[in-house]
Amino acid sequence: MVFTYLTAPLWSPYVAGAGVGVMAVLSFLLADRPLGCSTAFVKTSGMIERAVRGEKVMEHPYYRKYVPQIDGAWMVVVGIVVGAFLSAMLSGVFALAWVPPLWGETFGYDPAVRVLAALTGGFLLGFGARWAGGCTSGHGISGTLQLSVNSIIAAVFFFIGGIATAMAIYGFPF
Amino acid sequence: MLTALHKNARAQLLIGLLIGTGFGFFLQKGGVTTYDVIVGQLLLQDFTVVKLMLSAVVVGMVGFYLLKGRELAQVHCKNVTLGSVAIGGLIFGAGFAVLGYCPGTVAGAVGQGWLDALVGGVVGMVLGAGVFARLYPRLAGGVLSRGEYEVRTVPEVLGVNEWVVVGGVVVLILAVLYLLEVLGM
Repeated sequence: MVFTYLTAPLWSPYVAGAGVGVMAVLSFLLADRPLGCSTAFVKTSGMIERAVRGEKVMEHPYYRKYVPQIDGAWMVVVGIVVGAFLSAMLSGVFALAWVPPLWGETFGYDPAVRVLAALTGGFLLGFGARWAGGCTSGHGISGTLQLSVNSIIAAVFFFIGGIATAMAIYGFPF
Repeated sequence: MLTALHKNARAQLLIGLLIGTGFGFFLQKGGVTTYDVIVGQLLLQDFTVVKLMLSAVVVGMVGFYLLKGRELAQVHCKNVTLGSVAIGGLIFGAGFAVLGYCPGTVAGAVGQGWLDALVGGVVGMVLGAGVFARLYPRLAGGVLSRGEYEVRTVPEVLGVNEWVVVGGVVVLILAVLYLLEVLGM
Protein backbone atom coordinates (compact mmCIF):
# COMPACT_ATOMS: atom_id res chain seq x y z
CA MET A 1 0.00 0.00 0.00
CA VAL A 2 2.69 2.52 1.05
CA PHE A 3 4.93 1.20 -1.70
CA THR A 4 2.31 1.63 -4.43
CA TYR A 5 1.94 5.22 -3.26
CA LEU A 6 5.70 5.79 -3.46
CA THR A 7 5.85 4.33 -6.97
CA ALA A 8 2.82 6.28 -8.26
CA PRO A 9 4.00 8.61 -11.05
CA LEU A 10 1.88 11.52 -9.84
CA TRP A 11 0.29 12.57 -6.57
CA SER A 12 -2.57 14.97 -6.05
CA PRO A 13 -1.04 18.48 -5.99
CA TYR A 14 -2.79 18.99 -2.64
CA VAL A 15 -0.95 16.05 -1.02
CA ALA A 16 2.38 17.01 -2.59
CA GLY A 17 1.82 20.65 -1.58
CA ALA A 18 1.05 19.61 2.01
CA GLY A 19 4.38 17.74 2.01
CA VAL A 20 6.17 20.88 0.82
CA GLY A 21 4.43 22.82 3.59
CA VAL A 22 5.76 20.37 6.20
CA MET A 23 9.30 20.80 4.80
CA ALA A 24 8.93 24.60 5.05
CA VAL A 25 7.86 24.27 8.72
CA LEU A 26 10.79 21.92 9.45
CA SER A 27 13.14 24.50 7.93
CA PHE A 28 11.92 27.16 10.39
CA LEU A 29 12.09 24.71 13.32
CA LEU A 30 15.41 22.98 12.62
CA ALA A 31 17.34 25.64 10.67
CA ASP A 32 15.68 28.96 11.73
CA ARG A 33 15.47 29.85 8.03
CA PRO A 34 12.76 30.16 5.40
CA LEU A 35 12.93 27.30 2.89
CA GLY A 36 14.42 28.97 -0.20
CA CYS A 37 16.62 28.06 -3.14
CA SER A 38 18.01 31.13 -4.83
CA THR A 39 20.84 31.98 -2.38
CA ALA A 40 22.50 28.66 -3.28
CA PHE A 41 23.02 29.92 -6.82
CA VAL A 42 24.71 33.17 -5.78
CA LYS A 43 26.87 31.25 -3.28
CA THR A 44 27.92 29.00 -6.18
CA SER A 45 28.84 31.95 -8.38
CA GLY A 46 30.84 33.34 -5.44
CA MET A 47 32.64 30.01 -4.95
CA ILE A 48 33.56 29.92 -8.65
CA GLU A 49 34.77 33.54 -8.53
CA ARG A 50 36.76 32.75 -5.40
CA ALA A 51 38.45 29.81 -7.16
CA VAL A 52 39.33 31.99 -10.15
CA ARG A 53 40.09 35.39 -8.60
CA GLY A 54 41.11 34.43 -5.07
CA GLU A 55 40.23 35.54 -1.55
CA LYS A 56 39.49 39.20 -2.36
CA VAL A 57 36.06 38.02 -3.58
CA MET A 58 35.14 37.43 0.06
CA GLU A 59 35.37 41.21 0.71
CA HIS A 60 32.79 42.04 -1.95
CA PRO A 61 29.70 43.57 -0.23
CA TYR A 62 27.27 40.99 -1.64
CA TYR A 63 29.48 38.04 -0.75
CA ARG A 64 29.86 39.35 2.79
CA LYS A 65 26.07 39.15 2.98
CA TYR A 66 25.82 35.74 1.26
CA VAL A 67 29.10 34.03 2.12
CA PRO A 68 30.21 31.80 -0.77
CA GLN A 69 30.43 28.51 1.09
CA ILE A 70 28.72 25.15 1.29
CA ASP A 71 26.18 25.51 4.12
CA GLY A 72 22.71 24.26 5.00
CA ALA A 73 20.96 26.54 2.48
CA TRP A 74 23.26 25.29 -0.30
CA MET A 75 22.66 21.67 0.67
CA VAL A 76 18.91 22.18 0.28
CA VAL A 77 19.37 22.51 -3.48
CA VAL A 78 21.56 19.39 -3.59
CA GLY A 79 18.78 17.66 -1.65
CA ILE A 80 16.13 18.75 -4.17
CA VAL A 81 18.12 17.08 -6.96
CA VAL A 82 18.44 13.91 -4.84
CA GLY A 83 14.77 13.90 -3.78
CA ALA A 84 13.44 14.44 -7.30
CA PHE A 85 15.80 11.73 -8.58
CA LEU A 86 14.56 9.25 -5.93
CA SER A 87 10.93 10.07 -6.69
CA ALA A 88 11.44 9.77 -10.46
CA MET A 89 13.34 6.47 -10.08
CA LEU A 90 10.68 4.99 -7.78
CA SER A 91 7.96 5.75 -10.31
CA GLY A 92 10.12 4.82 -13.31
CA VAL A 93 9.87 8.23 -15.00
CA PHE A 94 13.57 9.16 -14.83
CA ALA A 95 14.77 9.87 -18.38
CA LEU A 96 17.52 12.03 -19.85
CA ALA A 97 16.07 14.52 -22.33
CA TRP A 98 16.91 17.94 -23.76
CA VAL A 99 13.68 19.35 -25.18
CA PRO A 100 10.32 19.48 -23.30
CA PRO A 101 7.32 18.44 -25.48
CA LEU A 102 5.52 21.82 -25.40
CA TRP A 103 8.73 23.61 -26.46
CA GLY A 104 9.46 21.04 -29.16
CA GLU A 105 6.01 21.26 -30.75
CA THR A 106 6.36 25.02 -31.07
CA PHE A 107 10.08 25.69 -31.66
CA GLY A 108 11.39 22.32 -32.88
CA TYR A 109 13.53 19.68 -31.21
CA ASP A 110 17.02 21.17 -31.70
CA PRO A 111 18.68 20.89 -28.25
CA ALA A 112 20.96 23.89 -28.96
CA VAL A 113 17.99 26.24 -29.46
CA ARG A 114 16.33 25.03 -26.26
CA VAL A 115 19.56 25.29 -24.24
CA LEU A 116 20.15 28.84 -25.50
CA ALA A 117 16.64 29.84 -24.41
CA ALA A 118 17.11 28.08 -21.06
CA LEU A 119 20.41 29.91 -20.51
CA THR A 120 18.69 33.25 -21.18
CA GLY A 121 15.75 32.36 -18.94
CA GLY A 122 18.07 31.04 -16.25
CA PHE A 123 20.10 34.26 -16.33
CA LEU A 124 16.96 36.40 -15.86
CA LEU A 125 15.72 34.03 -13.13
CA GLY A 126 18.99 34.12 -11.15
CA PHE A 127 19.33 37.89 -11.60
CA GLY A 128 15.67 38.60 -10.79
CA ALA A 129 15.59 36.28 -7.77
CA ARG A 130 18.49 38.15 -6.17
CA TRP A 131 16.99 41.54 -7.12
CA ALA A 132 13.71 40.54 -5.47
CA GLY A 133 15.50 38.88 -2.53
CA GLY A 134 13.89 35.47 -3.00
CA CYS A 135 12.17 33.07 -5.34
CA THR A 136 8.93 31.09 -5.71
CA SER A 137 9.80 29.06 -2.61
CA GLY A 138 11.50 31.76 -0.48
CA HIS A 139 8.91 34.49 -1.12
CA GLY A 140 6.07 32.53 -2.75
CA ILE A 141 5.72 29.78 -0.13
CA SER A 142 7.90 30.55 2.94
CA GLY A 143 7.27 34.31 2.90
CA THR A 144 3.57 34.03 2.18
CA LEU A 145 3.03 31.44 4.94
CA GLN A 146 4.56 33.94 7.42
CA LEU A 147 2.02 36.44 6.06
CA SER A 148 4.83 38.76 4.92
CA VAL A 149 3.31 41.58 2.85
CA ASN A 150 6.61 42.03 0.97
CA SER A 151 6.66 38.35 -0.05
CA ILE A 152 3.01 38.35 -1.12
CA ILE A 153 3.73 41.36 -3.39
CA ALA A 154 6.80 39.54 -4.77
CA ALA A 155 4.74 36.42 -5.55
CA VAL A 156 2.12 38.52 -7.36
CA PHE A 157 4.84 40.14 -9.50
CA PHE A 158 6.47 36.74 -10.23
CA PHE A 159 3.17 35.61 -11.75
CA ILE A 160 2.41 38.93 -13.52
CA GLY A 161 5.85 38.79 -15.20
CA GLY A 162 5.58 35.05 -15.84
CA ILE A 163 2.06 35.08 -17.30
CA ALA A 164 2.79 38.12 -19.52
CA THR A 165 6.02 36.56 -20.83
CA ALA A 166 4.55 33.07 -21.36
CA MET A 167 1.63 34.56 -23.30
CA ALA A 168 4.01 36.73 -25.35
CA ILE A 169 5.90 33.52 -26.26
CA TYR A 170 2.97 31.16 -26.89
CA GLY A 171 0.17 33.59 -27.74
CA PHE A 172 -2.81 34.69 -25.73
CA PRO A 173 -5.40 31.95 -25.19
CA PHE A 174 -8.33 34.36 -25.20
CA MET B 1 14.07 27.96 19.63
CA LEU B 2 16.51 25.14 19.01
CA THR B 3 19.42 27.59 19.07
CA ALA B 4 22.17 25.03 19.71
CA LEU B 5 21.06 23.04 16.67
CA HIS B 6 20.85 26.20 14.53
CA LYS B 7 24.48 27.00 15.40
CA ASN B 8 25.76 23.49 14.70
CA ALA B 9 27.21 23.94 11.22
CA ARG B 10 27.73 20.21 10.55
CA ALA B 11 24.21 19.30 11.65
CA GLN B 12 22.89 22.11 9.45
CA LEU B 13 24.50 20.53 6.38
CA LEU B 14 22.61 17.30 7.04
CA ILE B 15 19.36 19.11 7.91
CA GLY B 16 19.60 21.12 4.68
CA LEU B 17 20.20 17.96 2.66
CA LEU B 18 17.28 16.09 4.27
CA ILE B 19 14.79 18.97 4.02
CA GLY B 20 15.87 19.51 0.41
CA THR B 21 15.42 15.80 -0.33
CA GLY B 22 11.87 15.87 1.03
CA PHE B 23 11.16 19.08 -0.87
CA GLY B 24 12.49 17.67 -4.17
CA PHE B 25 10.59 14.40 -3.65
CA PHE B 26 7.27 16.24 -3.15
CA LEU B 27 7.92 18.63 -6.07
CA GLN B 28 8.56 15.70 -8.41
CA LYS B 29 5.56 13.70 -7.14
CA GLY B 30 3.42 16.82 -7.49
CA GLY B 31 4.39 17.04 -11.17
CA VAL B 32 5.88 20.54 -11.05
CA THR B 33 9.43 19.59 -12.07
CA THR B 34 8.49 19.64 -15.76
CA TYR B 35 8.53 22.55 -18.22
CA ASP B 36 5.09 21.73 -19.65
CA VAL B 37 3.32 21.92 -16.27
CA ILE B 38 4.99 25.20 -15.26
CA VAL B 39 4.45 26.94 -18.62
CA GLY B 40 0.91 25.47 -18.66
CA GLN B 41 0.31 27.30 -15.36
CA LEU B 42 1.68 30.59 -16.72
CA LEU B 43 -0.60 30.18 -19.77
CA LEU B 44 -3.48 29.64 -17.28
CA GLN B 45 -4.24 26.20 -18.77
CA ASP B 46 -2.99 23.91 -15.95
CA PHE B 47 -3.38 24.98 -12.31
CA THR B 48 -1.13 22.31 -10.73
CA VAL B 49 1.51 24.86 -9.62
CA VAL B 50 -1.02 27.16 -7.92
CA LYS B 51 -2.75 24.19 -6.24
CA LEU B 52 0.56 22.86 -4.90
CA MET B 53 1.76 26.27 -3.70
CA LEU B 54 -1.52 27.18 -1.97
CA SER B 55 -1.67 23.76 -0.23
CA ALA B 56 1.91 24.29 0.98
CA VAL B 57 0.98 27.74 2.30
CA VAL B 58 -2.07 26.41 4.23
CA VAL B 59 -0.11 23.61 5.93
CA GLY B 60 3.03 25.72 6.36
CA MET B 61 1.20 28.72 7.79
CA VAL B 62 -0.68 26.74 10.46
CA GLY B 63 2.52 24.85 11.35
CA PHE B 64 4.63 27.99 11.46
CA TYR B 65 2.22 29.94 13.69
CA LEU B 66 1.87 26.92 16.03
CA LEU B 67 5.68 26.86 16.38
CA LYS B 68 5.83 30.64 16.77
CA GLY B 69 3.27 30.48 19.60
CA ARG B 70 5.54 28.01 21.42
CA GLU B 71 8.58 30.24 20.66
CA LEU B 72 10.08 27.53 18.44
CA ALA B 73 10.14 29.74 15.35
CA GLN B 74 10.47 33.44 14.58
CA VAL B 75 9.30 35.68 11.75
CA HIS B 76 11.88 36.33 9.01
CA CYS B 77 10.31 39.23 7.16
CA LYS B 78 11.61 42.40 5.55
CA ASN B 79 9.86 45.73 5.13
CA VAL B 80 7.87 46.12 1.93
CA THR B 81 10.38 47.42 -0.65
CA LEU B 82 8.75 47.86 -4.04
CA GLY B 83 12.01 48.70 -5.84
CA SER B 84 13.20 45.23 -4.88
CA VAL B 85 10.15 42.96 -5.08
CA ALA B 86 8.16 44.62 -7.89
CA ILE B 87 11.01 45.18 -10.37
CA GLY B 88 12.90 42.03 -9.33
CA GLY B 89 9.62 40.12 -9.44
CA LEU B 90 8.98 41.12 -13.06
CA ILE B 91 12.53 40.17 -14.12
CA PHE B 92 12.14 36.87 -12.25
CA GLY B 93 8.77 36.27 -13.92
CA ALA B 94 10.24 36.77 -17.38
CA GLY B 95 12.97 34.25 -16.58
CA PHE B 96 10.40 31.88 -15.02
CA ALA B 97 8.47 31.79 -18.34
CA VAL B 98 11.47 31.62 -20.70
CA LEU B 99 13.23 28.89 -18.70
CA GLY B 100 10.01 27.14 -17.68
CA TYR B 101 11.35 26.29 -14.22
CA CYS B 102 11.93 28.27 -11.02
CA PRO B 103 15.03 28.00 -8.76
CA GLY B 104 13.64 25.03 -6.79
CA THR B 105 11.94 23.19 -9.62
CA VAL B 106 14.99 23.62 -11.88
CA ALA B 107 16.93 21.50 -9.38
CA GLY B 108 14.06 18.99 -9.31
CA ALA B 109 14.00 18.90 -13.11
CA VAL B 110 17.74 18.11 -13.08
CA GLY B 111 17.06 15.20 -10.72
CA GLN B 112 14.39 13.90 -13.06
CA GLY B 113 16.81 13.98 -16.04
CA TRP B 114 16.02 17.25 -17.82
CA LEU B 115 19.32 18.32 -19.40
CA ASP B 116 17.98 21.73 -20.53
CA ALA B 117 17.46 22.48 -16.82
CA LEU B 118 21.06 21.50 -16.01
CA VAL B 119 23.05 22.88 -18.95
CA GLY B 120 20.81 25.90 -19.60
CA GLY B 121 18.89 26.65 -16.41
CA VAL B 122 21.43 26.04 -13.64
CA VAL B 123 24.35 27.57 -15.57
CA GLY B 124 22.24 30.60 -16.54
CA MET B 125 21.09 31.09 -12.94
CA VAL B 126 24.64 30.98 -11.55
CA LEU B 127 25.70 33.55 -14.18
CA GLY B 128 22.67 35.80 -13.52
CA ALA B 129 23.14 35.66 -9.75
CA GLY B 130 26.87 36.36 -10.19
CA VAL B 131 26.24 39.42 -12.39
CA PHE B 132 23.70 40.68 -9.83
CA ALA B 133 26.29 40.32 -7.06
CA ARG B 134 28.71 42.44 -9.16
CA LEU B 135 26.07 45.16 -9.70
CA TYR B 136 24.81 45.05 -6.10
CA PRO B 137 27.00 47.88 -4.69
CA ARG B 138 25.63 50.25 -7.38
CA LEU B 139 22.01 49.11 -6.97
CA ALA B 140 21.91 48.89 -3.16
CA GLY B 141 21.62 52.60 -2.39
CA GLY B 142 19.36 53.26 -5.38
CA VAL B 143 16.56 51.29 -6.97
CA LEU B 144 16.78 48.32 -4.55
CA SER B 145 15.76 50.52 -1.60
CA ARG B 146 13.12 52.61 -3.41
CA GLY B 147 9.53 52.43 -2.26
CA GLU B 148 10.29 51.11 1.23
CA TYR B 149 7.45 51.09 3.75
CA GLU B 150 7.44 50.10 7.44
CA VAL B 151 5.09 47.22 6.70
CA ARG B 152 5.96 43.63 7.61
CA THR B 153 3.20 41.11 8.22
CA VAL B 154 -0.53 41.15 7.51
CA PRO B 155 -1.54 40.74 11.22
CA GLU B 156 0.68 43.76 12.10
CA VAL B 157 -0.90 45.86 9.35
CA LEU B 158 -4.44 44.94 10.37
CA GLY B 159 -3.64 45.17 14.08
CA VAL B 160 -5.51 41.95 14.88
CA ASN B 161 -4.61 38.64 16.51
CA GLU B 162 -2.49 36.59 14.10
CA TRP B 163 -4.81 33.55 14.39
CA VAL B 164 -7.70 35.63 13.05
CA VAL B 165 -5.64 36.30 9.91
CA VAL B 166 -4.39 32.69 9.69
CA GLY B 167 -8.00 31.44 9.90
CA GLY B 168 -9.17 33.98 7.32
CA VAL B 169 -6.37 33.08 4.88
CA VAL B 170 -7.05 29.34 5.29
CA VAL B 171 -10.74 29.89 4.45
CA LEU B 172 -9.81 32.13 1.49
CA ILE B 173 -7.32 29.61 0.05
CA LEU B 174 -9.73 26.68 0.50
CA ALA B 175 -12.40 28.74 -1.31
CA VAL B 176 -9.99 29.43 -4.21
CA LEU B 177 -9.03 25.74 -4.44
CA TYR B 178 -12.71 24.71 -4.34
CA LEU B 179 -13.52 27.21 -7.08
CA LEU B 180 -10.70 25.86 -9.28
CA GLU B 181 -12.14 22.35 -8.88
CA VAL B 182 -15.69 23.49 -9.61
CA LEU B 183 -14.48 25.27 -12.75
CA GLY B 184 -12.61 22.10 -13.74
CA MET B 185 -9.24 23.90 -13.90
